[in-house]
Amino acid sequence: MTDPALTLNEFTAALGSFEAEAGPAVAAATEADALEAVRAKYLGRAHGWLKDLSAKLGQLPKADRAAAGAAFNEVRLRVEATLDARRVALAPVRDAGALADPTMPARETWPGGVHPVTQVIDEMIEIFRELGFTVALGPEAESPWYNFGSLNFPADHPAMDLHDTLYLSDDLVLRTHTSPVQVRTLQAYPPPIRVLIPGNVHRRDPFDASHAPTFAQVEGLVVDEGISFADLKATLTHFANRFFGATKTRFRPSYFPFTEPSAEMDVLCGVCRGSGCGVCKQSGWIEILGSGLVHPAVLESAGVDSEKYTGWAFGMGPARTALARHGIPDIRLLYDSDVRFLGQFAK
Amino acid sequence: MNISHEWLKAFVPHALTAEQLRDLMTAHVATVEGFERTRAELEPFVVAQVIESERIPETRLSFNKVDDGSGTLLEVVCGAPNVTVGAKYPFARSGTTMPGGMLIERRKIRGFASNGMLCSPRELGLGDDHDGILELRTDAPTGTPLLEVMPLSDVRLVMDVLPNRPDLLSHQGVARDVAAVTGVATQLPPELTGIPATPTAMRGDTSAVSGGVSVRLESVADCPRYCAVVIRGLTVGPSPDWLRRRIEAIGSRSINNVVDATNYVLHGFGQPVHAFDLSKLAGNAIVVRRARAGESLTTLDGTARKLDPSMLVIADEEQATALAGIMGGQPSEVSASTTDVLLEVATFAPKVVRGARRALGLSTDASYRYERGIDDAAVSRTADIAAGLIALVGGGTIALKLDVGADVAARPPVSLKPERVSRLLGDAVSADETARLLQSLGFAVVASEAEFRVTPPSWRHDVSRDVDLVEEVARLRGYDRLPDALTGARPSTVPDHPLHLIAHRVRQALAGRGLLEVRPLPYTRGSAVAADALVRVRNPIGDDEPFLRQELLFTLGRRAEYNLSRMQGDVRIFEIGTAFLSGANGAVKEEIRVGALIMGARRPRHFTEPEPPPFDAWDAKALAEAIAHATWPGARVVLVAGEADLLWSVMVEGTDRGSVCAVPLDAPVWAKRAFGIEITLGKMPAMPVAARGAHDYSHGVAQGPSRTPVRYAALPVHPAAEFDLALIVPDAVAAATVEETIRGTAGELLETLVVFDEYRGEGLPAGTRSLAWRLTFRHPERTLRDKEIEGRRAQLLKTLHTEIGVVARTN
Ligand SMILES: [Zn+2]
Repeated sequence: MTDPALTLNEFTAALGSFEAEAGPAVAAATEADALEAVRAKYLGRAHGWLKDLSAKLGQLPKADRAAAGAAFNEVRLRVEATLDARRVALAPVRDAGALADPTMPARETWPGGVHPVTQVIDEMIEIFRELGFTVALGPEAESPWYNFGSLNFPADHPAMDLHDTLYLSDDLVLRTHTSPVQVRTLQAYPPPIRVLIPGNVHRRDPFDASHAPTFAQVEGLVVDEGISFADLKATLTHFANRFFGATKTRFRPSYFPFTEPSAEMDVLCGVCRGSGCGVCKQSGWIEILGSGLVHPAVLESAGVDSEKYTGWAFGMGPARTALARHGIPDIRLLYDSDVRFLGQFAK
Repeated sequence: MNISHEWLKAFVPHALTAEQLRDLMTAHVATVEGFERTRAELEPFVVAQVIESERIPETRLSFNKVDDGSGTLLEVVCGAPNVTVGAKYPFARSGTTMPGGMLIERRKIRGFASNGMLCSPRELGLGDDHDGILELRTDAPTGTPLLEVMPLSDVRLVMDVLPNRPDLLSHQGVARDVAAVTGVATQLPPELTGIPATPTAMRGDTSAVSGGVSVRLESVADCPRYCAVVIRGLTVGPSPDWLRRRIEAIGSRSINNVVDATNYVLHGFGQPVHAFDLSKLAGNAIVVRRARAGESLTTLDGTARKLDPSMLVIADEEQATALAGIMGGQPSEVSASTTDVLLEVATFAPKVVRGARRALGLSTDASYRYERGIDDAAVSRTADIAAGLIALVGGGTIALKLDVGADVAARPPVSLKPERVSRLLGDAVSADETARLLQSLGFAVVASEAEFRVTPPSWRHDVSRDVDLVEEVARLRGYDRLPDALTGARPSTVPDHPLHLIAHRVRQALAGRGLLEVRPLPYTRGSAVAADALVRVRNPIGDDEPFLRQELLFTLGRRAEYNLSRMQGDVRIFEIGTAFLSGANGAVKEEIRVGALIMGARRPRHFTEPEPPPFDAWDAKALAEAIAHATWPGARVVLVAGEADLLWSVMVEGTDRGSVCAVPLDAPVWAKRAFGIEITLGKMPAMPVAARGAHDYSHGVAQGPSRTPVRYAALPVHPAAEFDLALIVPDAVAAATVEETIRGTAGELLETLVVFDEYRGEGLPAGTRSLAWRLTFRHPERTLRDKEIEGRRAQLLKTLHTEIGVVARTN
């Protein structure tokens, strides 16, 4: 008993053999009973292999006993952990879903979303598509002729004051409306024309709660033989009914250099149903868009025979609609791009 | 334009309520935006009669018994000296709030009960008179509301008058349209029926002299007509109540009788009138001329203004004394001691007034009307009214009138085919109805052959083509009367703009991948280096951001920083918009681009993953590929590695379309790295489509779809065989090169090829990494034999070794 019959190397080799055999044995057990037999064989307190190994610790030289003990414990813990894991794995499994707490939240992905102004534009396009409209686009930096001259703006006239213009050079402005695309489209395609023109426009307006220097506009243009104001009224009223739900519209005289006659379209205030409230500034109506028959001078600008063809056009600001629809109090929120704001309109 | 309901009724005695008038105007004339009842605070006041009155000893008070129509006499203490038994006064019952805000309550004064108040004009807000209570000379029974016996209440209608209708910038002008709509004739307001007459004018083409007073026009192009009327011996003082009420009814302040009278003519008739103190005009002369270089003038607002020859002035023999059509000057200002005035009633060329108004930044009621056009045929008649009104309210006599300039020629008639009205409106309108409606507005209609010759009245500057007349008919009949049944339409010749379709696909793809669309302003600060490459706005909204962005990521970076400043570190935003590039000779090239920026957690936090990993370059790469595939479906997309912040260039069919990059931000320490993608979807050409007045329908050839459709591959019926290749890849060899080599060697039975592991470190030679690929092979018609697979594996390893120096990993 006293003679040291064992070296540290021999002991660790024995530990290694133990682990190399016990691990696979645990893994090979496919039933709880078999696993219990494996446990008894390797880790059993009475006759297990590990018990034998612990007994051998005493045969080591005193100086090596601490290191050997530490190694012994590491191996013991590892094999025990393997055994526990296997025991859990072999435990009778109920339905996998039933294991979890079903009231815990789902694993979401980030919600993406289209900007509220784009949502309005897309909905408009959807409705007008059913009526045979396609989508036309044009540049934002325009010549003064496309932006004003071709659209019958009288030179050096107060009508120009309606559009405070941003200039890039003497012969280049940032378009103040999407109407130049009317002329571009009329120059490029023969009637019949039915197009919707979405796009950004720019005015030299201060950036405050109700104004923005850059904003979206959606323009509509119809040119063909026999087009009348009744067509304008019917189409825009149909649009209003589809877009705002069954509603009433009214048309008021207005003025745009590029339409004649010109009219503003209102829809009945959805909040007060016409009796007057804060939303409609007590008028009972919400201003939606400007419209009119295409001025013959505009058709002539584009080389279209103004005796043969007539047309109508409208322009609408989808941002106003987005503000009203969602109750957004300050237009700058549409531009700030705060993800908490945008997230509210994500799908 | 502020319209007083009562004043308007003086011009057109209609029987509509203010609400009816508002709706009628909005439907047929111009939109009424504001509706404000004035003196509404006087509604609770009633007419009361004093039945008994006795002095309260040792005070200035009286104790009265007052009949307020309630049936019981009320005891009222009054401090006024003029209480008269039997007289009627405005009465505030207890519970009434005075215009000044004081609440009248039942109380005791010197032991006497007081149940209300008899009111003075000042207490009612009707002027400064506080000498006594206001005696009402009325037959109305007691208890009648005060507003029914005194025409004090009014409604102010704020009309949105657009630039084409300057004739609506006066009560007379609005009255004409109201008359046309209601059928009630216009009239001269009753308050003007008794004005003194003006003597016959001394006429002249460019100058006239009379009674030592002269008018000379240097250019009739600048000033086509100038009437000067001299009134001598008047007294400048307060206006009579009726005039004061008119001026206050439109929201202006009463100044004195002369100023109020000129304002009456301005707002009543739309004609600016200016009064000069005749004694301050050197040589008693009016000279209408351009300002001399270096000349200056202090205008009535007290501002000294430098003038130049683009501006028109009214001068005397020595100096400029008024800015023509804009504002008078201090040298000839009417003061309290003025006795002789020269009234100017004139027309000035809109362009000259507009030029000076813009140059001086001085817009006035007068310049506003001159720029838009006044009724130039009415100048002489309006001069008589203005002179008569001043003589009426200021005393004095109208001494003489000078009238210089030519008579206005009749406007050229406009041809109108009556059936065009029906055709344009889409509703049957008879020729008779058209004629009748136009005539009701003052148009002269002469029928000749199949068309009308229609001459607009002198006050209408907006009618030059037949469609202008169609609008008159349409609005007078009312847009609401037009039919609105949808009819069939011929299909459009215009195809969808391809960039719209692309933008839509990209937007849906990015929103579907959890990104939020933004629509920010396109202006940027720019930077010193890039300044000349950027497009500059000549008159920017803010001097701090004078440029248009050249890259969408400029804008998105600032938006990301905005979010960080609000403690939002998880930012996933994209924009589809215009990038402005400066081209040769000041040209601007526009590109429609998509920009996307991702930063922060890759997924929302979840209990299974409390700290999701942050977005990294691989996420950005995937987004770039998704955008490219949405934009160019079916095209070959390759991301080529770049340097430094440029991570990859996005190559589509060999063309560089954009980039993936790290986005440097001004960010707090806790922020994660930001990655950006910017891809050009297409160019937006800005050149003219065709010459002015011409078209070029060659653009209109509809383009067929440009994408090649995906070919169907038969679904597999035989099992696949797969194996893994763990390779040791030198750092110099890119994964794409390995993949290319494998694809080139594996043959057409290779179905999928996926890299599923990357390892560096221990066990590998220095300067290498291990990449593991899984290859799946499938034969369409049979099961592959193990031998065939082994053969491929051997062949692949051989090729990889010889061609790119890549070997298999042993362990
Ligand atoms: Zn409302």
